[in-house]
Amino acid sequence: MLHDKDRIFTNIYGIHDISLKGAVTRGDWDNTKDIVAKGREWIVDEMKSSGLRGRGGAGFSTGMKWSFMPKDSPLPSYLVINADEGEPGTCKDREIMRAEPQKLIEGALLAAVGIGAHVCYIYIRGEFYREAEILQRAIDEAYAAGMVGKNACKSGYDFDIYIHMGMGAYICGEESALIESLEGKKGQPRLKPPFPANCGLYGCPTTVNNVESIAVVPDILRRGASWFSGIGRENNKGTKLFCISGSVNNPCTVEEEMGIPMKELLEKHCGGVTGGWKNLKAVIPGGSSVPMMVQSQCDVALMDYDGLKEHGSGLGTAAVVVMDQSVDVIGLITRLSRFYKHESCGQCTPCREGTGWMWRMMERISVGNAHIDEIDLLEDVTRRIEGHTICALGDAAAWPIQGLIKQFRGDMEERILAKAGTTADAAE
Amino acid sequence: MSENTETFAFSAESLDAAKAIFAKYPEGRGASAVMPLLTLAQRQNDNWLPRAAMDVVADMCDMAPIRVYEVATFYTMYNLKPVGKNFVQVCTNISCLIKGSDDVFKACKKKMGIENGETTEDGLFTLLEVECLGACVNAPMMQINDDFYEDLDADTTTKVLDALANGETPAAGSQAGKRVGCQPDGGLTTLKGA
Repeated sequence: MLHDKDRIFTNIYGIHDISLKGAVTRGDWDNTKDIVAKGREWIVDEMKSSGLRGRGGAGFSTGMKWSFMPKDSPLPSYLVINADEGEPGTCKDREIMRAEPQKLIEGALLAAVGIGAHVCYIYIRGEFYREAEILQRAIDEAYAAGMVGKNACKSGYDFDIYIHMGMGAYICGEESALIESLEGKKGQPRLKPPFPANCGLYGCPTTVNNVESIAVVPDILRRGASWFSGIGRENNKGTKLFCISGSVNNPCTVEEEMGIPMKELLEKHCGGVTGGWKNLKAVIPGGSSVPMMVQSQCDVALMDYDGLKEHGSGLGTAAVVVMDQSVDVIGLITRLSRFYKHESCGQCTPCREGTGWMWRMMERISVGNAHIDEIDLLEDVTRRIEGHTICALGDAAAWPIQGLIKQFRGDMEERILAKAGTTADAAE
Repeated sequence: MSENTETFAFSAESLDAAKAIFAKYPEGRGASAVMPLLTLAQRQNDNWLPRAAMDVVADMCDMAPIRVYEVATFYTMYNLKPVGKNFVQVCTNISCLIKGSDDVFKACKKKMGIENGETTEDGLFTLLEVECLGACVNAPMMQINDDFYEDLDADTTTKVLDALANGETPAAGSQAGKRVGCQPDGGLTTLKGA
């Protein structure tokens, strides 16, 4: 189990002073100048050896991503922080912004040095209006104290940081859609390559990182890569914010060691599954886009990238949505299908049309108004969307349904047969 | 509520804010200001965005009006018709669904006497079912204008709406009365030290 001394987000519940002064007493902005002085290469190497993998869902090595930024580009480079948090189940970046804003700002400065950027945009979902207000106040404080701006922290490095608000499009959490949006367009993903490191915001080299990935940077660089990589398992290093919602007694967000057993996570921090562990029906372990797992898998699953991959699911954003036996899992996935249909940007036909098909089929199946062989048809539709779109939204819409069919085909058949039975009865 | 949809002009205060918005982006990248400016217009205009405002923004950003209409119709938070004084958005996505968002939504409909997407005749409330608002460990929740009301049930939902109907401003955040943030309700399991 992780000890408090190894926790990065020591004020994640907002219990203590969130002002710059309060953050400094907790160790933020300590000797930042010296870290900046160590230079770009040192920062990137340290991040690589820390083993940090992006906390936004895809899990790509953060240090590696930074190393892709060109060093000799005549164009300016940009750091863009993705705070368009909207993956159902996920609410960790919100807590960082409203309770630990200085960690994000300091991390932004250090990341900017690491990629050679002097300007950072934080793209926050529009609904987080209050969180953006808090973060803006924190940025103003940091400017006033000389932590950011010209000659940030007296390091000789100039660094500007701005907030840009989204306006209610889930797809803008996809990095190239986010860049489009930041440029003042509809948030429709770009075909890659070119990747943002070569051609991102305004056609310039750009790195897009998740809020949590950036906010952990100061602690990693200050305490050392070996401290961070000493936590967790090989290839799955460090600490992570888990948001546990749904059928647990005490839903919460908590920072834990990567690789913590799922059962321990739920029982130690959330008061267990409602009605006890045996009452567990299924868990979506990493935000709505990853397939659900059944109890026998949850018994043994470890909460990290590889641990969940072993069970055919994924860590995603580490948003754990728990369902007890009282939850209608078919209805729940139907609700998710509606979500993806609503959020499809409309650019690629398989996703634009397919998310609607899947949702309508799910609506019928959820009330049993279908034929048994339509389950296979639905599965076939998901396969025709998955991998056939510019961005991963098509995949994200397909996977929950594939997970449902894989884990709960019996429930689906039962519902269809029950409905057929009542119709037959009525006809007699 | 402003009924004027024919013309729109930014107030002096908004024009100052617009200047600060343009200053965030590099020269020649005025299009980046389109979303914040549309938001600014909407906030000035009783929380909805008439086409006249889009045209003003297009002019300021040096964009073809159609490009601005595209943006205004793509992003769901731009309200393209008038909304009530209290814009109530109830999340019914999975975490909220499991924790009883149906009850919250029903309580809203009952209190307001309207269906999803409608506005009360007195213009006090607009009700909208929305997607995940990112407060899942505090589910179920609803957003009213800029504020999140969390850890709801049918009773506390009604209480919040009653308060608003009486012209009060109920405190945002958890309505269960036990916690302020995302910590476990049963007491801290980490970070117990001072």
